[in-house]
This record gives sequence, structure tokens and C-alpha cells, in this order.
Amino acid sequence: MSWVNAVVQGVLLGGLYALVAAGLSLVFGVMRIVNLAHGVLAVVAAYGALVLGRALGLHPFLALLLVVPAMAAIGYLLQRGLLDRALRGGELAPLLVTFGLAIVLQNVLLEAFSADNQRLSVGALGTSGVRIADGLSIGWFPLLAALTGVAVIAGLGRFLARTRTGRAMRAASDDPEAARLMGVDDRRIYAVATALALATVAVAGVFLGARSTFDPAAGATTLIFAFEAVVIGGLGSLWGTLAGGIVLGVAQGLGAAVDPAYGVLAGHLVFLAVLAVKPRGLFPSAVTA
Amino acid sequence: MQRSPSSPGPRWLALSGAALLTLTACGGELGGGEGGGSGGDATLTIGYVTPQTGALAAFGEADAFVVDQMEQYFADSPVEVGGTEYQVEIVVKDTQSDSVRAGEVAAELINDDGADVVLAASTPDTVNPVADQCEANGVPCITTVAPWQPFFFGRGGTEDEAFDWTYHFFWGLEDVEAVYQDMWGQVQTNRQVGALWPNDPDGNAWSADFPQAVEPNGYAITDPGLYENGTQDFSAQISAYRGADAQIMAGVPIPPDFATFWQQAQQQGYRPVIATVAKAILFPSAVEAIGPTADGLATEVWWSPQHPFTSSLTGQGAQELADAYETDTGRQWTQPVGFVHALFEVTVAALEEAGSTEAQAVADALSSLQVSTVVGDLDWTAGPVPNVAKTPLVGGQWRATEGGEHPFELVVVSNSEAPEIPTAGTVEPLPR
Repeated sequence: MSWVNAVVQGVLLGGLYALVAAGLSLVFGVMRIVNLAHGVLAVVAAYGALVLGRALGLHPFLALLLVVPAMAAIGYLLQRGLLDRALRGGELAPLLVTFGLAIVLQNVLLEAFSADNQRLSVGALGTSGVRIADGLSIGWFPLLAALTGVAVIAGLGRFLARTRTGRAMRAASDDPEAARLMGVDDRRIYAVATALALATVAVAGVFLGARSTFDPAAGATTLIFAFEAVVIGGLGSLWGTLAGGIVLGVAQGLGAAVDPAYGVLAGHLVFLAVLAVKPRGLFPSAVTA
Repeated sequence: MQRSPSSPGPRWLALSGAALLTLTACGGELGGGEGGGSGGDATLTIGYVTPQTGALAAFGEADAFVVDQMEQYFADSPVEVGGTEYQVEIVVKDTQSDSVRAGEVAAELINDDGADVVLAASTPDTVNPVADQCEANGVPCITTVAPWQPFFFGRGGTEDEAFDWTYHFFWGLEDVEAVYQDMWGQVQTNRQVGALWPNDPDGNAWSADFPQAVEPNGYAITDPGLYENGTQDFSAQISAYRGADAQIMAGVPIPPDFATFWQQAQQQGYRPVIATVAKAILFPSAVEAIGPTADGLATEVWWSPQHPFTSSLTGQGAQELADAYETDTGRQWTQPVGFVHALFEVTVAALEEAGSTEAQAVADALSSLQVSTVVGDLDWTAGPVPNVAKTPLVGGQWRATEGGEHPFELVVVSNSEAPEIPTAGTVEPLPR
């Protein structure tokens, strides 16, 4: 039963990883930028919900109504003001810019909120679970996080497939010059993509902040696992990212079931194995070719 | 005892960031240095190395208060050494929670600032590189807030081969083992202990030492194995503890990992009778962050306002010092307040004892120093090994307060190892 439990908990954790990684995957898919500030931005969103909770007494999930648009706006401005310029500077520039942004944001958070551990309280939802069988219990909160991850991925997928902006986004990703000739304003499209990515990061940040404690330095761990999920699943493929998250979560769960020392390690090994055998990931997207 | 930044994976971003920032930080500080401590101008330079930013920043939060207080104190009452009055300059260097940088800033203090004495606090990752740097340069060094074993044995000390320049005061693993067992014994359990040891210097030391200390007393430890800091899923551990019906839980996790573990434990129905947790619930902010389920968690207590000790400098009792901290910062007292204060007490005592600011004289004075501080009576002639003076350790339980000044209060519930420190209650089983 402990193996079943390990797989079940791993799948739930994978759903959360996918939720966190969705925005990273989208930004990479559209612009080929690996946003190293992704993890810290999730922490920023968590602090946003924290502040709203303190000031207005908002439940973290209600706070999302404000945090999501705010983060989307930040994303739009970030792309227009900073990343667009960085994109013109070659492949390395966006990497360095987002890395610098991560450090700046982390230290701003430290100044503003100190190093205290914080947590978004979701009340009894956080600690309650349902017992399926002896030795197999599922927490409501991890379940909700995983389902949200699936919903966000599905929503982004539909957006890319069904909407005019989504199609323009894929076009700009495939061939920016041809897209421009067809009248697609690629800079606006990029900004919308980053805005969408940060909107999903806001959701992810609130779930992460309610799941465990966070502090200004918490973004780095988040980034690592999100990045691994994206790479395992296939760069730029959204459903691949969901699969990658689940593969990573299950690998960690099974590794830990063998010996807790192998939990995180098993995830890293799967990541390395995928890089070695299928460098483009398990489900590479045609779009990012 | 500390949040270790030693897991290279997850923290790499923070650490590399710290490395980049190093450049700017140095530039800022060098401008102000005038190479004090050269003797003639009768200025003493005390260097203080501490993590103020990064993963260990919570440890450094008491620093600003203590350093401000000390600067005021020294301005009013200059240190008199060998008949000369010295102005005291305190130079604080931030390690950014990076052990490499800790060594670098210690070298800066010695070479650029001309520090007469170097102080360092908080975790072996801070204390050890600073002490090593001082030992190499022949500068007296006083450290604290790290168990003495990693300070002494971790730096290659042996019974025969001790250190000439570096002196430490804190408790050791033997103390925390005794305190935890006393707390476990206060509640009715089946003596099955579930152990949550991370794969970091603390977890390695505890997992190696705890079984031999507690098993002779009838406790059986279920240790599923060392896990990596940053682990997101503790189902394997929870299954193992449930399988063994571990009614006692003990561990030394970092705060976010414990918060993850504890929430999953609730979700999956693992509820021990008592949980003794080091490191993760050291600071009130971390306990508040865990939320209502933190009520009843137990930990070791190295300093509290109830400790019946008085500062040899300001004459404040522990309660007065804690009150001053709360008034000044608007924050709940934390344990490092007393220990950082004591660093300066020891420094002054050593200088006065030495009767000279000459390095060798100060180190000689430290080697046999006895001084009563706000963290207890320190005696470097009675340590378990040379260079180390032990401080008393008791056990406490976090209790939720109904509408109190702070959401949680740390109540001392075990004083078997230090009867002079009063208890304010006994261990209560965790709510079921």
C-alpha cells in the first residue's frame, strides 16, 4: 500500500509542479526565454495575497481576484519595459536580466517583509484529508492544487488553440518575421504571453504559500522543480509540462518510498536521464522546434 | 541547530546572487574604514560576522538591536583596559548566509578594518569559517549559537590538539538529547520515536548521535533515512511513523520543510502525542506561520526572559533585555537576543581580564575566562573540551495564547538539565 500511496501523493505533487511550471513553459514556448525570476515572482504573489489578507481579511483564494490581475499587469509591463529590450540583446541577455530581477526582487522582499516565515492560512482545508484505505489518505488541499494545475494547463491550451490572440502567439513563436508580415504585433503578443504567465504564477504562488511556509528566499526551490517539470515534459509543450510535473512528482514519491534520501535525488536523476536520452523532453512541441 | 544553507541545489540562486552582491557590499563598507584599532588612537575595533540576509536571516534579526544598544553603551562607558580608556567601534559584516563569504568578510575585518576581536554567531556555516580565518591570522575570536561539537570536532579539534585563538560558548548534542528525553518522559507514550533528520550537517550529527543516547532508556527510533532539504513530499516518512505507531516525533528540519511535513501529517492522519522539533520552530514567526496546529510543539530553549541571569554590562536581567527588544523593535523576543548580547559581554570581560588589547594577551585571557552573562555563567576552564564553555539548556512548549500579546508563547516545561531556570508548566500532550 505504501507504493500506491507514494504514487498517489506523487501524482498530486506533480499537479502542483505543473501549476507552478505552466507560466515558465508558456514564456519559453512563445519567446524562448527561461525566466529565472519565475520562482521569486511566485513568492511575490504569495506576499501579495498575504498583504491583502492582513489588510482586508481576504481569504487567500479570494485575494486571487486581485492578485491575478495585478500580476498580469506586472507581467505586461515587465515584458514591455524590460524583457523586450533584453530579447534584442541576444540569447544570454534575457537569462541575465531575469536572474538579476530575481535577486533584486528577493532583496526587496527581504527589506519589506524581513526574513520571517509566512504562510497563507486556508483554515481547515489545509489540514483535512480523506482516508481512502488503510495507509492511503488524500489531503483535500493537495487534490485541489493538482486539479487547479490541470485546469490552468487546459485553459492555456484552449486559449492557444481557440482564440485569435492564442493563434497569433503560436504564429509569433513559429516564425516571428512571417507573423509580422501577416500583421501580428509580436511585441504586444509577447507582452500578453508574459501577462498570462504571471497570472498563472499568481495562482501557483498562492497555492505554494498555503501549502508550506515561505520567506523571501523561497523562490529558488520553486524554480528548480518547475524548470525540471518543463524540461522533462518537453520545452514549450503545455500538456508536456503537466506530464513532466507528474513524472517528477511520482519519481520523487517513489524515490522517497525506497529511502527518503532518494526522494529529491530521484527527481533530479529522471531529469538528467530525460536530458540525456530525449533532450527535447518526453512530449516535445512541434511549435518550439 | 540551524537552518543550513548547505543544500546546494535549491538555494543556488540565492547563493550565487549573494556572490554577485558581494562586490557592491564591499565597496560600500571599505569607504568608511579608517583602519582603526592601531592602538595609538585608543580605539578598539570589534568585528561582528552574522547572517543578516539570505536563508539564515532570521538568526540575524536581533543583531541591529543588540549592536545599537552596545554602541550606545560603549559611547557612555568606554572600555577600560590596562588603565587606558578605549572608544569602541563595532564593524558588522553580513555573510548573506554564505559560508564562503563568512570567511571572506572575516578576512576583511582582520586585514582591512584591523579588528582587535572578531565575533560571529549563528550556525556552524557562519561560525566555523570565521573561526578558521581568525585561527589562521592569530586574531582572538569569540563565537556562539552553534552546538559546540561542530565548532570543535568539525574544525579538526581533538582532546590534545585544541585551538589557540578561537573560543566558543553554547550547548551540545548531549544537552538536547537529555532535554528531549525529559520532555518525552513527561507524557504517556509507547516510547516509539519517529525521526525526521535532513541530510545536512545538523541532520547527520543528530541521526548519528541520538539512537545511542536514547535507546538505552527504552526508546526505539524509527528513522526512515536522511532526506534532502527542500523535499516537497513527506508521505514516505509519515507512512513509516504510522507503521511504527510512533507516538513521539523528533527532528531538526528547516522551517519550510517542517511546515510541509506537519501539514501533510495532519492531512494523512499522523498525530503524535509529543513532537520535539529543533531549528524549524526556533523563531516565533516560524511558529505563527505554521498556524493553529503549532500549538503544543516542543523545542529546546537556550535563552528566555525567564532565565535568571543578568548582563554584566548593562545590568539588565533577561526579562528586561527581552522587554527592551520588544519595545525597540515591536517584535516578539527571540533566543539570539541574549546570546548576541553575551558575545559583547565576553569580549569586554576578556579585554579587562587581559589588561591589554594585544592579541596574545586577549587569547590567553579567553582560555581561562569565567564570566557571568545574561545567558548564564560561562567558564572556559570547565568545558567538555578546551576552547568551549557550555550554556544551560531547557525545554519549552509553544502554547497558543487566547488574545495574548503574541499568538504563541514559549513556555519552559523542562529544566532537568538546568534546575536554576524556573519552569512555568509541564509538557501537555498535543491536541488529538
